[in-house]
Amino acid sequence: MSTSTIIPTVAVEEDFRTRAHNALGDQQLRNNFRTAMDSLMTKRAAAFSDAHEREHLRALGNAIKARALSKLPDLLEQLEQNLTRNGVTVHWAETVDEANGIVLSIIRAHEARQVIKGKSMVSEEMEMNHFLEARDIECLESDMGEYIVQLDHEKPSHIIMPAIHKNAGQVASLFHDKLGVEYTKDVDQLIQIGRRVLRQKFFEADIGVSGVNFAVAETGTLLLVENEGNGRMTTTVPPVHIAVTGIEKVVENLRDVVPLLSLLTRSALGIPITTYVNMISGPRKEHELDGPQEVHLVLLDNGRSQAFADSELRQTLNCIRCGACMNHCPVYTRIGGHTYGEVYPGPIGKIITPHMVGLAKVPDHPSASSLCGACGEVCPVKIPIPALLRRLREENVKAPDAPHQVMRGQGSKYSRKERFIWNAWAKLNSSPRLYRLFVLCATRLRALTPNNVGPWTQNHSAPKPAARSLHDMAREHLAKQGDR
Amino acid sequence: MSAKQNILGKLRKSLTGTTPIADNFDVELVTQPYTYSAEQRIPQLRKLMEAVHTEIHLSTAEDWPVLLGQLLRDRQLPSLLIAPTTPHGQQIAQHWSNNPDLPTLKSYDRPMEEWKAELFNDTPASLTGTLGAIAATGSLILWPTREEPRLMSLVPTVHFALLKASQIRDNFYQVQQEFEWAQGMPTNALLVSGPSKTADIEQVLAYGAHGPKDLVVLILEDQ
Repeated sequence: MSTSTIIPTVAVEEDFRTRAHNALGDQQLRNNFRTAMDSLMTKRAAAFSDAHEREHLRALGNAIKARALSKLPDLLEQLEQNLTRNGVTVHWAETVDEANGIVLSIIRAHEARQVIKGKSMVSEEMEMNHFLEARDIECLESDMGEYIVQLDHEKPSHIIMPAIHKNAGQVASLFHDKLGVEYTKDVDQLIQIGRRVLRQKFFEADIGVSGVNFAVAETGTLLLVENEGNGRMTTTVPPVHIAVTGIEKVVENLRDVVPLLSLLTRSALGIPITTYVNMISGPRKEHELDGPQEVHLVLLDNGRSQAFADSELRQTLNCIRCGACMNHCPVYTRIGGHTYGEVYPGPIGKIITPHMVGLAKVPDHPSASSLCGACGEVCPVKIPIPALLRRLREENVKAPDAPHQVMRGQGSKYSRKERFIWNAWAKLNSSPRLYRLFVLCATRLRALTPNNVGPWTQNHSAPKPAARSLHDMAREHLAKQGDR
Repeated sequence: MSAKQNILGKLRKSLTGTTPIADNFDVELVTQPYTYSAEQRIPQLRKLMEAVHTEIHLSTAEDWPVLLGQLLRDRQLPSLLIAPTTPHGQQIAQHWSNNPDLPTLKSYDRPMEEWKAELFNDTPASLTGTLGAIAATGSLILWPTREEPRLMSLVPTVHFALLKASQIRDNFYQVQQEFEWAQGMPTNALLVSGPSKTADIEQVLAYGAHGPKDLVVLILEDQ
């Protein structure tokens, strides 16, 4: 692939509100998402038909992740020790630049030119495709959905179903235009076209890059789940396998993955298990006939330690990336994944992205929610997403010079005028004399209240104070009762 | 300071004054709903695996090579990749020697690099053993070895897998305990729950994405 076909390219020039507005007007996009999300919600509900079992399992999932986070540094060291003992090289990266540098140095050490990738959201964080292609190294996605979006110079719009914003007709046109194949809307045929192209790439690739679903500290095992087999191809055929993952993916014991795996596949796709559960504990041994000669693991921080520093925000790191929160989100379903403009869309994106890129870059993320609570209700590891959104809203209006810096880019929505109004409002409601004076004015001068009050009156009629206050009427009512 | 020191330093600082959360793993939750009687195991496994397009045949420890030969002929498969040094490989070789018109047998007896093109382009089917299966999720347990390497169950278009009925376990937890996986994992362990599939285009399920298009399980009722 030449450098002229570099991703990324989704129009992220405008701000969140403009993108949301545009997405809402795109009927095709809305149909594609509505259909897909309805189906995913139905499948999940069917997979958790026993609510009692589901709730106990969610509690266990939450406890496992909380326990892992409560000893995260020790588990990371244990993981490194066991992987090293198994022959895997472990690398640490604080930033995406460092992580890309590590990957590049491994690629250069092998004079590699072709990289094949299994699905990995962390590599999306790193914009690895873009980074490597700029250095004239082909980096091809092999997950069918990822391949489709890469071919169209887009980014994934969903963390589990990257091409969910497209319908078969759109994929058919894309394959016809880009691969020169005959136009067909038949999904089986489209998948076979992808299989043919990518088989050759698996065959040729010098390096395979994958993500990790769970890293088991106890055994030094990288566990990957997938349905297509591209993950197994990526981690088995090329001579070198590089796994990239966030530092929060480590769990303590092998048995911990039993409930987490069940929660993950049922929440994501409504299936009891994925076609493949691939547990990798080392490179090819001397007597073995296949498998990579080298396995590397890159552990990436990229803002996760910031979330970790606050005991409430730390819960963000419970996430096992199932996507259930976006499937159930009324906002995500209507505006689609690209509107968020970042790697992780939907509710989980709104609470994790600010740690990765700073609140100032995504000032609208915490407020792009109706706080309906669906995300928190379905989260398999019980992340209180609505509470965390409210918390991020608070951090977002803190004065920039506030002493306690919790978030990079915090206070990006701070406004002195708004702060003044809220302070005045608080004063008014905590001083009886002022309050009475205010109520007197509001009721007597109600004719003077404005008809246009900013965004509120775009969709609602302007609020008008009543002629008499509730206090006033209650007083009169009680007085009458006293008369009786 | 290295990246590792910085990351661990930050994490440790954030945990100052806290104690690790106790391990309260409730085994019942992952075993009790997923426990089956001996009679239930095959139907349970079969239901889940067939739901995702796995082809399942019941056979016996003696007769399965005949069935295998028939299945290969029905599919008009020209060759089969086997592990000749395993007991089941020897059983196949024996049956084949008495039936010379059966498809050609091939073996994965050299490093993948030495015959990669043939493996990818001219190996339509393979047969491997399994360590057993998991009834709760409808999964085969594969633990690739020198005799049956990892790609043997992945690259050929049709994968035949042998499963002894007595080795069907109830759930994943039980498997981890029985095999003592926590004490040591192989370089690669796999759960395989059907042929390769994808629903990445419009959520329409399509089989044969990157791995085998067909998974055929021969269950040997050996009790």
